[in-house]
Formats: sequence, C-alpha cells, structure tokens
Amino acid sequence: MNLTQLLFYCFAAVVIGSAIFVVTTKNIIYAAFALFSTFFGVAALYVYARADFIAVAQLIVYVGGILVLLIFGVMLTNKVSGQKIQTQERNKIAGFIISLAIFLILLVTIQKANFSGISWINEIKLKGQELDPSTSTIHAIGIKTMTDYIIPFEITGVLLMMALLGAAYMARRDSGTEKKSD
Amino acid sequence: MSFFPNILHQLSGITGGYPGFHKFLEFDSPIGLGLGFIIATVIAVVIFVGFTAVYALTAVYVERKVSAFMQDRLGPMEVGYKGTGQTAADILKLLQKEDIIPAAADKWLFTLGPIIIFTAVFAGYAALPFSTDFIGSSINIGLFYILGIVAIDVIGLLMAGWGSNNKYALFGSIRSVAQIISYEIPASLAILSAVMICQTLDLQQICYQQGIWYNEYWTSSGDYREQSNYLFGLKGLGINVTHIGGIITWNIFRFPLLLLAYIIYFIASLAECNRAPFDIPEAESELVAGFHVEYTGFKFAVIFLAEYAMMFIVGLIAAIVFLGGWNTPLPNLSFSQVITPEHASQLSNWELLKSFQFGYLTSGAPGTWAGNLWGCFWILSKAVGAIFIHIWIRWTLPRLRVDQLMYLCWKVLVPAAFLCVLGAGIWRLWMV
Repeated sequence: MNLTQLLFYCFAAVVIGSAIFVVTTKNIIYAAFALFSTFFGVAALYVYARADFIAVAQLIVYVGGILVLLIFGVMLTNKVSGQKIQTQERNKIAGFIISLAIFLILLVTIQKANFSGISWINEIKLKGQELDPSTSTIHAIGIKTMTDYIIPFEITGVLLMMALLGAAYMARRDSGTEKKSD
Repeated sequence: MSFFPNILHQLSGITGGYPGFHKFLEFDSPIGLGLGFIIATVIAVVIFVGFTAVYALTAVYVERKVSAFMQDRLGPMEVGYKGTGQTAADILKLLQKEDIIPAAADKWLFTLGPIIIFTAVFAGYAALPFSTDFIGSSINIGLFYILGIVAIDVIGLLMAGWGSNNKYALFGSIRSVAQIISYEIPASLAILSAVMICQTLDLQQICYQQGIWYNEYWTSSGDYREQSNYLFGLKGLGINVTHIGGIITWNIFRFPLLLLAYIIYFIASLAECNRAPFDIPEAESELVAGFHVEYTGFKFAVIFLAEYAMMFIVGLIAAIVFLGGWNTPLPNLSFSQVITPEHASQLSNWELLKSFQFGYLTSGAPGTWAGNLWGCFWILSKAVGAIFIHIWIRWTLPRLRVDQLMYLCWKVLVPAAFLCVLGAGIWRLWMV
C-alpha cells in the first residue's frame, strides 16, 4: 500500500467516523461541527475521483453555505424556552430496520455491479478518452451546462431566485409594525 | 492539470524551475508519494509558515508605526532602534503567557477554533503563485480552490465564538460570519468578471496572460499557439501590446471596468478580514474584542497570525487577478521596433535601458533566478501596497453601523459587481 492509498483510507475513515459521531452524539452543536469533517472528507474523496471542480464546489456549497446556515440556526434557537435542544432517540427499531435494508440493498447492488460491462466506460476506454490527471474539467463542465443541461441549470437558477426573493420578503418588516416598534 | 496528482507533484513546485534540485527530490512519478514528496512538502510548509510569521511580525510593527504617524505620535520607540524589536518582544511575552481555558468554555471547540482558522487561511497559500516557478501547487482550479478553502475559516470563527461560552464572543463571531458570507458574494462576482476575461481559473496562467511572457506559458497538454494582447483587450483596435507589457496588459487595462471590480473586491476583502471600517465583529466599545475575547497566549497568537495572513492572502489574490500578478508594472516603451523575449535575452541591461525596454529590464525570463526573484519582488510589492492601504483605511475611516454594512453590500456592491460581470461578458466577445 503506497501513501496515496493510505491517504485515501484516512479520508474514508474521517468521513465514516465523523458521520457516525453526527448520528450518535446528543449535543446538536457537536453534530453540526462533526458534519464539517464529513463534508470535508467527502470533498477529498471527490479529488480521488478526479472531480476537482466538484470537490471545491462541495467545500463552497456545503461547508461555506449549508453548514454555516445550520450552525446559525442551532445557535440562534438554542435554549429558546429555557430547555437545551438535544437530539432524542425515537423509532429505534424502525430506523434500524430501514437503514439495515438500505445498507443491504447497496451492498448487494455494488457486489453484483459489473463495472467493466458498462458500455460508456468501455467506449471511452476504446477511444482513449480517459481523464488524464492533467486535463481541465471546467471547460467540459461549462460547455455541458450551457448546452445539454441548460434546462435543469436555468430551473435551478429560477428556484434559487425565488428562494432569495421569498427570504427578502419575509425578512422585510411591513411599514405598519415598523412605526409601532419605533 | 487535475487537482490531486498535481498537488503531489507540485506541492513542491518551488523546485519546479531548477532541474537539479528537482531530480534530487525525484518527482518523476506524479502519483508516487515518495520520500522526495514528503521532504518537499515539509520544505514548502516551513518556508510558508516562516514567511507568514515574519510578515505578521513586520505588519504589526508597520501598523503601529503608520497609525502613530497618522495620529501624530511616535508609536513604539523603546525596544531596539525606533522600536523595531517591539513586536518580537510582544510575541515572546505572548508565548510565555498561561494558556487559560475558561471553566465554562467548551474545551474541545475552544481549542479547535484557532486551529481551523489558521489551517483554512494557511491552506490558501498552497495554490498562490509568487513567481513563475515559486508556487505550491499549480492546479488548474487554483482560484476556485483558494476562494473555497479560505471560506472555511468561518467554521473556525463559529467554533471559537460558541466554544468561549461568552456572550461577547458569540455576538462577535455571529457578526463576523454574517459579514464574511455576505461580502463573499460581491468579492466572488468581482473575481468572476476577471475570470471571464482570462477564461481560466489557473492562477499561474492568469499571471502569464497579463505580461510580456504571455507566450512562454505552455499548457500541460502541449498545444501551443501564438497569443496576443491587444490594447484594452480589443482586437478591433488592432494595437498589439503583447511585447509592450507592463501595466498596459494588466487585467484592469485589458478590460477597464475591472478597475471597478478591483475596488469592489478590495472593499469586500476589507470586510472579509474584519478590518475597519468593517470591524463591527471586534468593535472594542461594544464587544470588548469579538470572538477572540477569551483567548490567551499561544491560541491568541495563532488567531492574530491568521488575521494578518488573511490580509496578505486577499492582497495577493487581488494582485494576481487584477494587477498583473508577478509581472512588472513597467512597460517596454519602444514603439518603433518590437523586441521579442528571444531577442531581449541576447541584449545587455544597458542596451535594454537605451531602447526603453523597462519591462524586460525589470523582469527576468521565466524559469531563471532573475525571473523568479523579480516575480517575487513585484507580487510582494503589490500585496504589501494593498496591506498599506488596509492600514491607512483603518486609521482614517470610522466604523460602519450594521445596517450601513448590509446596505453597502447588497445595494451598492452586489449590483455594481453584476454590472462588471455583464460588462465582462460583452467585452469578451470583442476580445476574440
């Protein structure tokens, strides 16, 4: 095992370990910060899959955006009614059965999957178009987003715009209450 | 150049230009994480940590002296000549202090906070080109990586603020994070407009594009074609300025609206560093000292170091993206004859001076010692200039109120940045 593989297993261990911690800890703020390690480890695994752009996007979107929002939510609502917010264990048996089932489905699927039989992988191998470590993926991503995947891309944009406008509308005090509070 | 194998190969990229040293460390296999890789990584880390520490010491001294000058005082005068040893003495004092963890604080988060803040900022240095060869890792998404990795420092701020279990610290960190994530939007948009002009996220390529060595950059795939810079980036004008270089080929000249983008980025970067006039997270009169109020000794020193390192990193990003990177600001001023880099390498300095080739005179060819030293000199000068303006502003402008802060971000800077992006899109069509 060379150092590259060793690093891979380190990152994998970080992802799994912190994910288990997120699930088991009762302190919700610890869970949020442990989620940081999970996201970070997943970004590292993306790098191993030669998806460098996705890796950094993972950092920006999940760590810089979603996680910060999550922690803000916890911080601003903690001890609201004099009671600490803690995670509780509920539906233990049902949860265990469902997660075990999903785990088994994934395990069997991955075991049975024949990766060398997938046609598009073989096609790329035949053409010699495998991703070289030195090829830039951003040009391909940009062109694909603007051609083949333009509709999902635009719909996402509209959706985010709606969310932004909605948030701005809700955050805005209407003029009546403003006069009273002032 | 993809991300990871390149890090392995280039994290030691400081040795990239010198074949002898390169061979000594044996980087033949990009994936092979051998002893050479580890040695080179250690060297790179030691250089950057040492450099950051020395820079922070100097910057603190300069900050105190500049503020003293602006307020008509003397500033530190006791330790060493004109107080030059003051910050070193301060750091020595700081390191000897007892490391206090408040009884009510969350031990784990309190300790992890400064570590994450420093690591996040310091990781940004991995992809910054200081000269043609002196670069940690010349990854092809370098700019994106730096923006992403530096943004992680907000997690550290939240940890520090929450872990301190102190209302001032918590308020400070919430204010700080809210401010940083808001101002990231105009900053990123400003950078995006420059990226649209350059058509790349590779910081080294962005640097090469903005100077006389444009055609010295060989892409990894080896496809080479003659590149040209035109005046204001407009091919229609027909004035080829590739061999004139200097400030004429900087991004702010290639697309003049980028000057506005630079100002937007500069203002936003002030807010991201929590510097005045955007220092409400630290507002002494309201919050004592913000999120680091409970920190002492070494942990405080680390936070302090990260703060100054952050100032430096935003200065460097601005220099690379807008102000020509490690390229010289002086243009070649011989309009009668075009002197190519090959021709210039055969001329003596005196001949270059006689024919007003200031660009060639003040920058060496890529890959040579002269080229690297000039490159470091110019990029550090540009960054230090930006830091000086940071300091200048801090001691000149009063602090903004929180509503003014948000007004400036969302109603002034964001629309202006969108204007830059739109303009860059149109301009790019005229550039080709």
